[in-house]
Amino acid sequence: MDWIQLAIEAGFGLAFIIVVMSMAGLTVVAERKFCGFIQGRLGPNRTTIPILGSIPFFGRLITRMGLFQLVADGSKFLFKEEIVPGHVNKFYYNLAPIVALIPPLVPLVVLPFGQMTLADGTIRQLIIANVDIGMLVILAFSSLGVYGTVLAGWAANSKYPFMGGIRASAQMISYELTMGLSILPVFLWANVPGSTEGLSIANIVVFQQTHWFVYLQPLTALLFLVALFAETNRAPFDMAESETDLVGGFHTEYGAFKFGIFFVSEYAHVIVGSGLFVLLFLGGSNFLPMLPNPWPIGIPGAILSTLWFIAKTSALVFFFIWIRWTLPRFRYDQVMNLGWKMLLPVAIANLVFVMVLLAKITPVAAQ
Amino acid sequence: MHEIFFYFLVALTALSSLSVVLGRNPVNGAMSMILALVGTAGLFAMLGSYMLAALQILVYAGAVMVLFVFIIMLIDIPATAAYRHHWGTLVAAILSTLTLGGGLTFLFLAPEFRQSMPEIAGAASNGSGLVFSSQAVAYGAGLMGKYMLLVQVVGILLLVAMIGVIVVSKDLRATNSGKSLPTPPAN
Repeated sequence: MDWIQLAIEAGFGLAFIIVVMSMAGLTVVAERKFCGFIQGRLGPNRTTIPILGSIPFFGRLITRMGLFQLVADGSKFLFKEEIVPGHVNKFYYNLAPIVALIPPLVPLVVLPFGQMTLADGTIRQLIIANVDIGMLVILAFSSLGVYGTVLAGWAANSKYPFMGGIRASAQMISYELTMGLSILPVFLWANVPGSTEGLSIANIVVFQQTHWFVYLQPLTALLFLVALFAETNRAPFDMAESETDLVGGFHTEYGAFKFGIFFVSEYAHVIVGSGLFVLLFLGGSNFLPMLPNPWPIGIPGAILSTLWFIAKTSALVFFFIWIRWTLPRFRYDQVMNLGWKMLLPVAIANLVFVMVLLAKITPVAAQ
Repeated sequence: MHEIFFYFLVALTALSSLSVVLGRNPVNGAMSMILALVGTAGLFAMLGSYMLAALQILVYAGAVMVLFVFIIMLIDIPATAAYRHHWGTLVAAILSTLTLGGGLTFLFLAPEFRQSMPEIAGAASNGSGLVFSSQAVAYGAGLMGKYMLLVQVVGILLLVAMIGVIVVSKDLRATNSGKSLPTPPAN
């Protein structure tokens, strides 16, 4: 590998991060607007920038959509005084936001975000690193994601953040099992005997050109979705920051931009998780089930399929927001009971069922 | 460029391992251990063994160390606690180091290892890695085929360990004296 190729790949990675981080910012605004809509309010609709806001039509539209609120929130976080409480462990207190932000961004390199039809009819999946262990990479880095929360809770050296950190690690241990077990049936189904694709996500997308896994394996999709909610610490599983009993949870002692990083990393996690669900169960960049892909040849097709993938991901992000403002938060013991006594046995039974089903319906090809 | 990465990862792994052994604060120790495991995973990846690297992070840095950190925080060891080094610990440490070092030396000197050296070096230098450690399919086929017996033995070992934990963690005195276990207070 030479420097130029490395620079190109790094550039792609950087572009990917920019897209996801801007989506995270937009998701923050979307969360506030949708929450307002669900609760019968207007949400942020007055923040404006002097000259931009007075452009005849668009200025008013953007103001009413609350998009300037994003700039206002961001600059507020930047210009606030950085207060480091006296009783914290300074090193880990500063390290925790960084540790929280990196794990959701690393798995981007193995997500196939689009497809390009070449002139001779072959289809290439657009992906930065097409490795046959893509799913393992995602699981590995999402399992590192909890350290940010745990470190923040511990370094704050105070009661409620500490409880938040402990809860986050217990919840993480409980739901990672379900997540792993709910991914296996998908890969079992997509890898016919003799296949050498392994745990490649691009292979799953190629497999879903005609049928999507969301209706081939609805139970698996549901299990994965629940585990995803728990892994991303989103309501109704936001035990680590449940503000009714833990003040602010693990980030109680954080303020200004460090809190902003935690905030954005949660949304980055939600976006990457939604993208993963779309890839595994909703066909990735394929058009619709049982319809041929309408993407034209070359670059336009690549852009269209990528936009379609982003649209699906945004729809799922909206679903995340919708759930948050619809369902009440679980109690902590309910989360643990659900994880160990309901989801885990169902996930194991589902895996065995799919194994038996596949053994029955596929001809024995590999002798 | 490979050399830069290699020396960086080696330094990271070595320094953080030293910090695990020498540090007094248990949370520092756990965090250094995570760094050491990630560094080892990076070394695996540089050898082309991406499968092993991902498993290393997933199992050790991700799952085992989360448990470690969870326990360390739960039992809350004071960071300033003075650890007394016992002679027994020293003897055990020396013995285990000698055993590990002796085993590794034995392995490196074995003729089979010498014969496989060119193959390993070749696989590492062209970036593909050995088939068994870089491809998910080959890894699974190896586990379910050639090493099936070992997998079963390890499975039984883990089952025994799990039963042992359940037995140890139960309060046997309460059950031995004929009394039932105290019921936890209602929520």
